[in-house]
Amino acid sequence: MSELWYDLEPFLQQGTLGLVNGAFYAILSLGLAVIFGMLNVVNFAHGAQFMLGAFVAWMLLNWAGIGYWGALVFAPLIVGLFGVVIERMMIARLYKLDHLYGLLLTFGLALIIEGLMRNAFGSSGLPYEVPEAFRIPPVDLGYMLMPAYRFWIVVVSLFVCLGTWYAIEKTKLGSYLRAAVERPKLVQAFGINVPQMMTATYGAGVALAAFAGVLAAPVYSVNPAMGANFIIIVFAVVVIGGMGSILGSIVTGYILGVIEGFTRVFYPEASATVVFVIMAIVLLVRPTGLFGRA
Amino acid sequence: MLHVRGLEAWYGESHVLHGVDLEVAEGEVVTLLGRNGAGKSTTIKAIMGVLDSRKGSIRFQGTETIALPPDRIARLGIAWCPEERGIFASLTVKENLLLPPVIAPGGMALERIYALFPNLKERLTSPGTKLSGGEQQMLAIARIMRTGAKLLLLDEPTEGLAPVIIQQIGRTIRALKEAGLTVLLVEQNFRFAQKLADRHYVMEDGRIVDMIPAARLEANMDRLHAYLGV
Repeated sequence: MSELWYDLEPFLQQGTLGLVNGAFYAILSLGLAVIFGMLNVVNFAHGAQFMLGAFVAWMLLNWAGIGYWGALVFAPLIVGLFGVVIERMMIARLYKLDHLYGLLLTFGLALIIEGLMRNAFGSSGLPYEVPEAFRIPPVDLGYMLMPAYRFWIVVVSLFVCLGTWYAIEKTKLGSYLRAAVERPKLVQAFGINVPQMMTATYGAGVALAAFAGVLAAPVYSVNPAMGANFIIIVFAVVVIGGMGSILGSIVTGYILGVIEGFTRVFYPEASATVVFVIMAIVLLVRPTGLFGRA
Repeated sequence: MLHVRGLEAWYGESHVLHGVDLEVAEGEVVTLLGRNGAGKSTTIKAIMGVLDSRKGSIRFQGTETIALPPDRIARLGIAWCPEERGIFASLTVKENLLLPPVIAPGGMALERIYALFPNLKERLTSPGTKLSGGEQQMLAIARIMRTGAKLLLLDEPTEGLAPVIIQQIGRTIRALKEAGLTVLLVEQNFRFAQKLADRHYVMEDGRIVDMIPAARLEANMDRLHAYLGV
């Protein structure tokens, strides 16, 4: 077995590490897909909200003494609430206009948020330690040793993604959401407060981004540009998976993380661009995305 | 129960209703008749509050609803079955059926609905839009029967359906009437409406131009035919 094994092992290792990036792609593109499905708004502030999640975790730790586990709960709540305010005060006024206005507004918000954070905290990045519970020996997967915290990222992201998918596809509340995506007027005529649902959906999507931001804080340094770096790849993921498909955005997120990992083995120089090459191919062959509906 | 006075409504820039006046008493089945484009569906939509712009007065059980959003209007006890049926593709038949929240006690129990529409019970887990046209229409009516709404707005429930299914829908509307519900029915199929309704309003160019009670229908048949152009 050995020769083939030696060929395969680096692929397995890099593919597994790719799952860590894939975990962030999946959570972020999932949030984008949920927001787009319900509000018809391309949330360009998603990266900034991810970054805010990481910063709020840092503030909670350094200013309030609340550690990682508390941040995992409170940072998404705080940033999600911020999202609710933004939706009520600004985005809700744009629903009757073209898509483009929502995109411009959220893009502007992203620039403002990033600029303010750069002013306040500089652009060099703040340290956030790997939480105590994960300062343990790496997890032995047989073909590699995986740092415990990265292993945790993959596991918890899977739970969050599948939990979100379940809530949307299998619960009563999810059926309201799916129905409102199809015919918001009719759902409102049944007595359901659809504008309130849209606000809550935006808040939840933003909270997902902030949750990913907290997960990312110990791995990447907490800096104002961390979201902008991610979000460009995540938009490519969303385009590949198909805008508005819940399961599609999750699966595509993980797969592209793994493909990036594979690329690092046989042609490392391309690992940063492979996602965009795939995006171009998908757009040529299937413009609605792999899981998208026309 | 429902008092509509001077109702005007617009689709974007175009002015569709020019002062509609109508009354529906509790327990009545009332139809809106008229040619295509006379404003029948628009009247229903204006009552439900799903148009962007409307003015005038719509009072339901004493409450003025002209400025209320559709969800508040629904909670007062008005339910709508739209012309295009509005069955959700991403929901199963059961999810479609259970989607409208119960807004008041007195709605029809699920067992009774299944007894009235046995086809639906057999297909609860199918996606809503996999049903036939007739089954989708039954689902669209069934789902508003369990909410406890007192006034049902039915927009062309027989459109494009086979005679046997039209009969089943006729029986359903009669059952609703017996249960004390009030129905405002938009219908092109006059022979279907004739057998069910207590009164008929006739619409032309966004206004009510005539009202004919069922008892005087025979005597006014020629007049009605002239309105409807049949």
